Amino acid sequence: MNELSTNQLQKETPESRELVLEIRNLNKSFGDHVVLKNFNLKLFKGENLVIMGKSGSGKSVMIKCLVGLMEFDSGVISVMHKDITSLDQSSLDILRGDIGFLFQGSALYDSMTVRENLEFPLRRHSHLFDTSMDVDQRVLEALENVGLAHTLDLMPSALSGGMKRRVALARTLILQPKIILYDEPTSGLDPITSKEIIQLMQDIQKKYKTSSIIITHDVDCARVIADRMILLIDGTNYAEGTFEALSVSKDPKVKAFFKR
Amino acid sequence: MFFNIFGILRDSVMSSIRSLTIPIQSFLIEIGDLSYFTARFFKESVKRPFEFKEFLRQCYYMGNRSLVLVGITGFIIGLVLTLQTRPTLLEFGAVSWMPSMVGISLIREIGPMITALVCAGRIGSGIGAELGSMRVTEQIDAMEVSGTNPFKYLVVTRVLASTLMIPLLVIVGDAIGLFGSFLVENAKGAVSFELFFSQVFASLEFGDLLPATIKSIFFGLAIGLVGCFKGYYCEKGTAGVGRAANSAVVFTSLLLFVIDFVAVFVTDIFYEL
Repeated sequence: MNELSTNQLQKETPESRELVLEIRNLNKSFGDHVVLKNFNLKLFKGENLVIMGKSGSGKSVMIKCLVGLMEFDSGVISVMHKDITSLDQSSLDILRGDIGFLFQGSALYDSMTVRENLEFPLRRHSHLFDTSMDVDQRVLEALENVGLAHTLDLMPSALSGGMKRRVALARTLILQPKIILYDEPTSGLDPITSKEIIQLMQDIQKKYKTSSIIITHDVDCARVIADRMILLIDGTNYAEGTFEALSVSKDPKVKAFFKR
Repeated sequence: MFFNIFGILRDSVMSSIRSLTIPIQSFLIEIGDLSYFTARFFKESVKRPFEFKEFLRQCYYMGNRSLVLVGITGFIIGLVLTLQTRPTLLEFGAVSWMPSMVGISLIREIGPMITALVCAGRIGSGIGAELGSMRVTEQIDAMEVSGTNPFKYLVVTRVLASTLMIPLLVIVGDAIGLFGSFLVENAKGAVSFELFFSQVFASLEFGDLLPATIKSIFFGLAIGLVGCFKGYYCEKGTAGVGRAANSAVVFTSLLLFVIDFVAVFVTDIFYEL
C-alpha cells in the first residue's frame, strides 16, 4: 500500500459507526498470478464504498470472495461479524439473504419471466418475511421501486440492457438486504441510463439504509455515489479516501484514474 | 557431431511422446472429473430439499420436445428395416418371420440405441448449451448468491429427468417403429394389424424387455450427466458454450456405445447362466 498517499488522503473513518463488513489481509492467486495481496477493507453501516481499479486488478475476484462464490488463499472476511470461512453451507445461505449482489451482466434467469426471476430468491428465503405481505405484492413493490411494474410477465430477452439492469436491481432488493454489492452497475449502458441507475442506487440507499460496495470504472458514478473510495492497484488498496480528496491527489497512479 | 544428432533425435522422440501423452492425460483428468461429478450427483440427489417442481418441468421439456423427433426416427427405422430385410427373407422363404425379427431387433438393440443417440443430440446438447450459457452469464453464480444450491436445482433435476424420460421415449420410439414396420408388411404382404403384433409379442420374452429397459435407464443417466458436466464447467465466452454443447454430444455418443457394449456383454453372461 502506498503509505504516504493513504495517510494524506484517508478520510477519518467513522469508527463510531457500526462495522458491517471487514476484509483483513486477503490473498488470492491463480497459479503464479497474484491477484489480491494483503487486501483490507472496512464497510460501515449506511456507507457507500466505491472500489476503483484497472481491468484485471482483482475487483470482481474480491467481491466474489466476499459472498463465498470463490475460495481465497488466506485472510479473513467477516460479514455482519461472522467469519464466512467458519460457516457451514446452510449458515452461509442464510447470511446471503442479508447480502444483495448486482452482477455486471444482470444475470437474469433466461428461462424465467421477470416475475419468476423476482420470486426465485423470495421463495428461497421465505423465513425472512412475515406472512402479512404475499409474494405477488412484494414482487410488484420491488418492480415499482425501479419503475418497471409493467414488465412483470415479460421474458428477460424482451428487455433492453438498462431494463435488465433495473430488474436485476429489483431482484437484489426484494430480500431487503443489509449490504448490496454492485459489480460495475453502469458498464455497457448509455450515459442517460447510467444516470438513471445511479439515481436508483441513491434512492435505494436512502429508502432502505443499506451499506454498499460499488465496483466501477465510471468516475461520474463514483463522484455521485461514493462516501469513501478505495483504489485497488497491484492487488492492494493503494489509496483510500473521499472522492474529493483522491481526485486532487498528486500521485500519478491515483491521478490516472481521474484524468478525463 | 554424433552427440548433436543424438540430442536432436532424443528431443524429437520426447516431443512425440509428449504430444501423445498430453491428450491421454487430459482425457484421464476429464474422466476423473466426470466421476467426481457423478459421485456428487448421487450424494446431492438424496439430500433435502428436493426441487420437485423443476424436476417435473424438466421432464415435460425433455419428453415433449423430443417426442416428435423420436417418433419420426423410430417410424423411419421401422420402415427402412422392414424394406431392407424383406427381399432377403423372401429369398429364403422366411418372410413370415419378419414381425419377430423386427420386434426383437428393435426392442433389444436398435430402438434404445437410436433413441439414445437422437436424445444425446437433442437433450444432451441442449443441457450443455443451457448450463454453459448460464455459467458464462453468471446466472449460476446469481443462483448461488440467492441461497440456492445450483447443483441441486440445475444438475440433479436434469439428470433425474433424463434418466426417467429416456426409457419412456425408447418405449414410444419402439412402438412407432413397429407400427412403421407393420405399414410396410401390410402394404406388401397384406398382413393384418392383429397378426403382425401377435407375432411380435409372441417372439418377445421378459428377458428381451428387462435388459433393454435397464440399458435405457443408463443411457438416460449418461446423457444427463455428460450434458450437465460439460455445461456446468463451461469455459468462459460464447466459444466455450459452443464447445460445451458440441463436446456433450460427442462424449455422450461415445459413452452410449461403451454402455451398450457392457450391457450386451453382461446380458450375454446372464443368458448363458
